[in-house]
This record gives sequence, C-alpha cells and structure tokens, in this order.
Amino acid sequence: MTPNVTLAIVVGVLVGTGVYLLLERSLSRVIIGVTLISNGVNVLMLIAGGAAGGPPLVGSGPAEDMADPLPQAMVLTAIVINLGLTAFVLAMAYRSWQLHGHDEVQDDLEDRRIARRAERGAVDKRADDVGTNLAIEAAEARDETEEVPLITGHGPQLGAEDDDVTGRRS
Amino acid sequence: MNWLVPLPVVIPLIAAGLALAMSRRPRVQGAISVAALSLVLAVAVGLIFVTHTQGPQVVNVGGWSAPVGIALVGDRLSVLMLLVSAIVLLCVLLYSLAQGVADGNEGAPVAIYHPTYLVLAAGVANAFLSGDLFNLYVGFEILLAASFVLLTLGGTGERIRAGSIYVIVSLLSSVLFLISIAMIYAATGTLNLAQLSERLLDIDPGVRLVLQVMLLMGFAIKAAVFPLSAWLPDSYPTAPAPVTAVFAGLLTKVGVYAIIRMQTLLFTDGALDMVLMWAALLTMLVGIIGAVAQDDIKRLLSFTLVSHIGYMIFGISLANQTGLSSAIFYVAHHITVQTALFLVAGLIERRGGSTSLEKLGSLGKLAPALAILFFVPAMNLAGIPPMSGFLGKVGLLQAGLELGTPLALATVAGGLLTSLLTLYAVVKAWNKAFWQEAPEELPEGTTPRSMFGPAAVLATLGVLFAVIGGPLYSYTDAAARDLQAQTPYIDSVLVRGDRGEGDSDAAGGDDG
Repeated sequence: MTPNVTLAIVVGVLVGTGVYLLLERSLSRVIIGVTLISNGVNVLMLIAGGAAGGPPLVGSGPAEDMADPLPQAMVLTAIVINLGLTAFVLAMAYRSWQLHGHDEVQDDLEDRRIARRAERGAVDKRADDVGTNLAIEAAEARDETEEVPLITGHGPQLGAEDDDVTGRRS
Repeated sequence: MNWLVPLPVVIPLIAAGLALAMSRRPRVQGAISVAALSLVLAVAVGLIFVTHTQGPQVVNVGGWSAPVGIALVGDRLSVLMLLVSAIVLLCVLLYSLAQGVADGNEGAPVAIYHPTYLVLAAGVANAFLSGDLFNLYVGFEILLAASFVLLTLGGTGERIRAGSIYVIVSLLSSVLFLISIAMIYAATGTLNLAQLSERLLDIDPGVRLVLQVMLLMGFAIKAAVFPLSAWLPDSYPTAPAPVTAVFAGLLTKVGVYAIIRMQTLLFTDGALDMVLMWAALLTMLVGIIGAVAQDDIKRLLSFTLVSHIGYMIFGISLANQTGLSSAIFYVAHHITVQTALFLVAGLIERRGGSTSLEKLGSLGKLAPALAILFFVPAMNLAGIPPMSGFLGKVGLLQAGLELGTPLALATVAGGLLTSLLTLYAVVKAWNKAFWQEAPEELPEGTTPRSMFGPAAVLATLGVLFAVIGGPLYSYTDAAARDLQAQTPYIDSVLVRGDRGEGDSDAAGGDDG
C-alpha cells in the first residue's frame, strides 16, 4: 500500500493547527481545535484504507479494484460521534459564557490555594533578598483568567492584559 | 447460551429510550432504570456461569463473521468486570433514587439523569465486551458522552469548570485512540482483537512499538496513570456524590481493563513492561502524596483513586500469571471499595454540610453508624488484614517478589509505603471528620436509611470479597491463565482458522 502524500500533509496541517488551538484557554478556540483534529484523524482513517478504488459493491467488478469499505464505515461513525461531542462542548462554552461573561477554562480553586501556599513559602525564603520586587513577583504569579471584566469589547484576552498589575487575589 | 452476551449492552440502551419517553414521570423512570440494571445483573451472573463452564462466548453482530463484522466476546475477565460493574451501577442507582426522594424535586434536571445513567451502563458493558478495537472506541465514546452530561448536571459554574477540563482531556484521549486505530488498521488491515494478536507479530518491531505506545497513551489517560492523571482530582470532586462514585468506581477501570486486554492479547513481547512498572511506581507514590496533602474528603479520595490505579498497572506490568490474576482481583475489589467510599463521602456531606475536613467534626457522636460505614471501606482500601484489599495487595507483592528484578522489588517497597500512607490519609480523614470537636456547630441534617443501605451493601461486598477470596482467586487465576494462553479467546472468535461463525462469505477485502 502506498500512502497518498497530499492527504498525509493535509492530516499533518489539520492536526498541528488543532493542537495549537487546543492549548488555548478559551473554550471556543478549543472547540475549533478539536474539530480540526478530528477532521484530520478522519482523513487519516481514509489513508489507512489504502488507495482509492471503485465502489465496494459485490458483483460490480473484481474485488481488487474496490476501495476498502471498512475505514469508510468507521469514519462515518467517528464523524457522527464528533458531531455530538462538538455540540456538547459548544453548549458547555455557551453556558460558561452565560455564567462568567467569558468562556475561558478556570483554574481549580484548590490548586490555586496550594499554589499560593507554595508562593508564600518562596516569598519567605527571599525575605532578606533586597534585589527582588515583590509586586513584580506577584504579578508574574497572577493567574491570567482572574479579574476579567464581565463584558469587554475586545474579548477576554485584552481585558486581562489591561488589568491592574496589583489585582486583588481572592 | 451466547445470546446472553449482547444483552448487557442492549437492555440499558432500550431502557434509556423508554426512560427518556417517560421524562415527565420520575417514578416510572426510576422503576425502569432499576428493572433494567437488575436484569443486567442477572444476565451478568448467568454469563459468569456460562463462560466459566463453557469457555468464552462470542456473538457476531448482524451475522457477519468475525474479522469483518463486529464481535462481542465475553471471556472470564470481561464477564467478571461486567458482574462487578452491574452490582456497583445498581447500588449507586438505588442510592441516587433515595437521594432524589429525600431532596424532593428541587430544580435539578432529573429528567435526563436516568436515561444518561443507563447509556453510561451500556457504554461500560460495550467496552468490556467488545471484540474489536473500533467497537471498543465506540463503547468508550458512549460512556464518555454520558459521563460529560452527568458531570455537568445542572450546569453550575463549578461543574462547568470541572467539566471543561474533563471533557477536553477525554476528547484528546479519544483522538489519540482513534489515531492509533487508524495506524493499526494501516499496518495490519484488521481491527479484530483476535486477528490482530496474530497479525501484529508479523509486522516490524519498531512499528509495533509505536502502535503500542500510542494505544497505551490513550488508555493511560482514561485510566489516570501518572503522569497522565492530573485531570482526575480536578474534575471528579465537583459532581454529585452518586455520579462521582460511579465514575471513580468504573470509568478508570474501563481504561485499566483496556490496558490489560492490549498487554495480554495484542502486545505480548513485553517491550514496555519496564515503562509500565515505572509508571505504576510513580502513580502510587505521587497519587498518595497528593492525597496526604488534601483537606477535603472527596479530593482525598480522588487522589487515593489515582494512587491505587498504580497497583493494577503494577500487576499488569509484571506480566506473569500471579501478577495478572492479582491485578484482576484488585480491580474487582477496588471498584466496590472506592465506590462505597465516595457514597459515604456523599452521606458525610449530607450530614455535616460539607466534605472539608476543616469544617467537619464530632460526626462520631452524631452519626455513629456513618463512622463505621466510613471506617470499613477505608481500612479495606488501606489493605488492613483480613480484608480483601490486603488479599489483593499480598497477591501483587508476592508476584513482584516472584519476578525479583530490582525495579520490581522497588515497586513492591513503593506499594508497601503507599499502603501505609493510604492508612495515614484515611485515618486522618476519619479522625478529623468523626472525632475532633467540630469547629462550629454542624447544620442539621439527616442520612436517610435508603441512602445508607446501598453504601452499606457495597462496603459489605468489599469485605465479602475476603470471605470468598479463595474461590475468587481461583477464578482470577483461571482468567489470567486464559489471557496468557490467548488460545481460548482467539479460537472462540476465529472459529475456522481466520473466520468466525457467521454468514459473510461474499465480503472480501479484509486482507487488503
């Protein structure tokens, strides 16, 4: 079986772009990322079925000229599953926007508590180190999803960056 | 008797449809769910007798013969998993019904709870019974889709937050799984597990290793094996108690089951056993260290869940019969015990108003029965003799000593340390929740007897596993022997050499 190079490149581009988008915090970008990846994987499935051929209907020709029907059936199943899951994630992103005014994935509160505890320990250790500005340290440790204004005209990313460096941490 | 095999998938699916049709009548819905899951339990009991006496049972769906069509296979391993999960699903359902009655119908979208729960049951059964990789993927997707809905039930902010992490990680693991399926199909031209086990031997070892790594990554995310376990303690604790309980008991174990299947049937050359053993050691230790640091019972239990997955992976990585047998025993034990603990955590939350150890206290005086109910499965989890956790751990440690390599010995030591730390973590939780003076007066609350019952049944079952430990071990020994021999599975699926029973002679092209 010789794989089709063009299709392989298509898969690479789709999955690569999808992975990049998946690394974002915003759920809507994640959805686009997941969709791209799953389309890439669907194409990969088709490549796995081998070279293109005639319709796999019994009696329409010799068996060697037919395309392999199994991957096509599987891709169909995968597309249906992805459709359902994408719809669900869209609903979830909408609900998140309804509740918070943005659709970013939030940090876990408990994780943040433990991170703060560690951060406090680090500050203690640096007590006699006069060279460090604590305000800068705090700003660096600050979570990007915090203190996002409810509705911004420019989207949540801009709003978070414009925010005051010494933002309240709760 | 092979007509029994598809029933655990079909019954819950039909019942889910019925329950959805009855969405305006919660009582009817409850009755349908209980009836369906009881039926599944009965079928599972029947299957376990049939497979134990007559060997693996195979159904070729739609009459298409095995390598082309979809085969559902019930062998000793999958049927045991099916039985334990049926028991757990039924108990949790009764618990949640009682909770619904006790809470009154305030707000929660209960109309979709029962259908989704039944779909989850069907997905779990499908994953256990599936005889080919793509159907396994479909089973995973069914149970994942249902779990997404259950986890975000009600759509509160906290659940959406936990849900997004869980959903994205699950989607990613499914995509990995799908990619490996495509690559395996490209390399071998089949997805039937029995046929794969023969064909994978013929391909290049390097390619085989890549395929094994890909599959393992997908399953390890689902099974929460370190370092792919970070999503679990983030997402489980926020869901309603019965949902968390069934997730903790079943979903990760489906991943473990898939790993057992692939390590024993598909990739038998042991190329990744060392890696798996390292993963097992780290999963145990990192998980339990996380548990020790937690102040919240549900989070603590989630971390112990991760940690104890390590024991099962250790048993699989040993790749000898004792190790596999103990791993299967441990999976069965852990499903019941962990579910019981999460149900008890739900009861504690009900009685004390919270699961935070900083707010709880004096529950020992207020609810002594609850104290016992927490104590028994907690000790079982830590592996105090003579409970079933002890038996499972002894089996695993023995198998590790049998192998005797330095890494195996180190993992045995890690396992012992993990048991001690588990004991420390759960005793700390028990002391703080039940015996310290409550920092402030606990709110009034009740623990309805009907919720108490299912949790007690599961806790007792965990202890009962020790009583029937001998027969159970001889059963899991037989299961492990079957897995290692491979022939019972392959011969029953591919009856005539490379073809199963069924009528699909016209369908060619499976050897393209």
